[in-house]
Amino acid sequence: MTVILSLKAKQSIDAWLLKYPIDQKQSCVIHALKVLQDENGGWLTEGAIEAVAAYLAMPKIAVYEVATFYSMFELQPIGKHKISVCTNIACLLNNGDKIVQHLKKRLNIEWGETTQDGCFTLKEVECLAACDGAPAMQIGQIYYENLTPERIDDILATLEPKEIKDGK
Amino acid sequence: MANEICFRTLHLDTSWSLEAYQSVGGYSVWKKIFTDNITPASIIDELKLSSLRGRGGAGFPTGLKWSFISRGAPGQKYIVCNSDEGEPGTFKDRDILRFNPHQIIEGIAIAAYVMGASIGYHYVRGEFFEGFERIENALLEARKLGLIGKNILGSGFDFELHNVSGAGAYICGEETALMESIEGKKGFPRFKPPFPANYGVYGRPTNINNTETFASVPVILQHGGKWFLELGKPNNGGCKIFSVSGHVNAPGNYEIPLGTPFAKLLEMAGGMKGGRKLKAVIPGGSSAPVLTAHQMLDLTMDYDAISQAGSMLGSGAVIIMDETTCMVKVLLRIAHFYAEESCGQCTPCREGTGWMFRILQRIEAGKGSLKDLDQVLEIANGISGRTICALGDAAAMPVQSFLKHFRDEFESYINHQQCLAQTI
Ligand SMILES: Cc1cc2nc3c(=O)[nH]c(=O)nc-3n(C[C@H](O)[C@H](O)[C@H](O)COP(=O)(O)O)c2cc1C
Ligand code: FES
Repeated sequence: MTVILSLKAKQSIDAWLLKYPIDQKQSCVIHALKVLQDENGGWLTEGAIEAVAAYLAMPKIAVYEVATFYSMFELQPIGKHKISVCTNIACLLNNGDKIVQHLKKRLNIEWGETTQDGCFTLKEVECLAACDGAPAMQIGQIYYENLTPERIDDILATLEPKEIKDGK
Repeated sequence: MANEICFRTLHLDTSWSLEAYQSVGGYSVWKKIFTDNITPASIIDELKLSSLRGRGGAGFPTGLKWSFISRGAPGQKYIVCNSDEGEPGTFKDRDILRFNPHQIIEGIAIAAYVMGASIGYHYVRGEFFEGFERIENALLEARKLGLIGKNILGSGFDFELHNVSGAGAYICGEETALMESIEGKKGFPRFKPPFPANYGVYGRPTNINNTETFASVPVILQHGGKWFLELGKPNNGGCKIFSVSGHVNAPGNYEIPLGTPFAKLLEMAGGMKGGRKLKAVIPGGSSAPVLTAHQMLDLTMDYDAISQAGSMLGSGAVIIMDETTCMVKVLLRIAHFYAEESCGQCTPCREGTGWMFRILQRIEAGKGSLKDLDQVLEIANGISGRTICALGDAAAMPVQSFLKHFRDEFESYINHQQCLAQTI
């Protein structure tokens, strides 16, 4: 079912559309998909893809092509926090393997999986351009660099659901 | 001398602010163009004299590139800045965006003036939220001062710049894939020719440069092409940012003169971690052929020296590997990258990158045979030169160079089913 675009989504897309020639609305597709993905808790439904297609007057397949091509789009439900861990060369050379092992063990999930409480999804990504801070990862918009198992525990503790910590 | 070009504000508080930028002479070149009626031709001459070469990877002379689109040619033209920075090991554009965004804007604006383009797109890698926000704010400030927009500084010249952003795809750093992405498509590189100067964004003449290239321009014009040239060495003008990573004590960006000895750069980066011995260096990002310690210690860091040694300066990403590094594991990781990032358009690259990765995986798992080495090399040779864009070559070169310089180690790994260098 086509998603109905929220007023906020429309405003954001309309503002971004001003960057492009009037007859090139399709150019806005990446931005539009990002807006809808954010509104839907981090992943795109088929209805969202349909809505973007309708709004930008594109064939649905063209939007789908974009949504599947770029790695920041998710087409499956995803945890509240997406942990994108770099495993590329500089991170590998700086004990990135240990970081990955620690994350998998602590969260008890493998690449691409989500924790049972829906809080975290673990994703392997390519070089984040933070190799001077290797090993590095990104959660949401934030980069975390110079990771150690202890730092990871601290970072995750700030993101875990409050209710559990407060015992509510 | 270090950090005097793209990082010239770095020593200041809030180095990304308009005040910081103006305090080092920022936007003075842009203003002077209009007050002193500086001609596009003289700007191109200055860039040619400076010997500035493209910082995105290919090292193409910027002055020459800017002469391909003439100011007077009719119709819409575009300037594009490439901040997609995805080449493994490279982290310089992210820092220019975060710490000196105004200089990128000034550089792009100068290009727009030279080529008569009224619209520019600045394509920023999707993951760079912080950098995107910094340059959006900088652009707002520049607009407020009338430095970007309609009738700039009363000159009658209009230039509108738009920051746009990607969504995760290494291939979109390739210039024509980037243009497809701006147009709202998946990033499939276009066949060249026609080149962007004839057929770029929306099919219109387009000039594209890397972030560091644009950010170098204002400083060159402020101090003169000759000054810049003499910072470096002939045909390798100026300073360049080297992103040093791997087994060093102080990984980071070092903006130093082209022609600086590698040994000096290594020393600046704090030397080898744990005092261990240098084994190998990838001198220009993961696509550049690996070189041995022995080769590197005699080299200077510039386009010509690195290319004579059989590699490329590329994006300036210098990945340092010490004696404990397992070359099989490193090559496997590189092969993984290209198999992941191949866009799938050309058969040799789509199939070949996955095939090489699977063979290397088998070797790493201790199930390889010596014949596998010939096979993987044959696949790499089969990809080279047979694809629309250079990603195919970029995937082949690591395989070819690792086997050229470290074949013994691969053979030993296969024979012993494990790495004999201490593992990483
Ligand atoms: C697979 C591939 C990825 C590339 N990625 C980038 C990139 O992230 N940033 C960049 O500036 N150039 C990249 N390039 C090079 C661009 O195609 C282009 O040559 C460059 O942006 C031109 O700018 P310059 O002349 O200032 O170097 C890439 C090329 C290829 C083949
Ligand atoms: S290799 Fe991990 S951030 Fe570059």
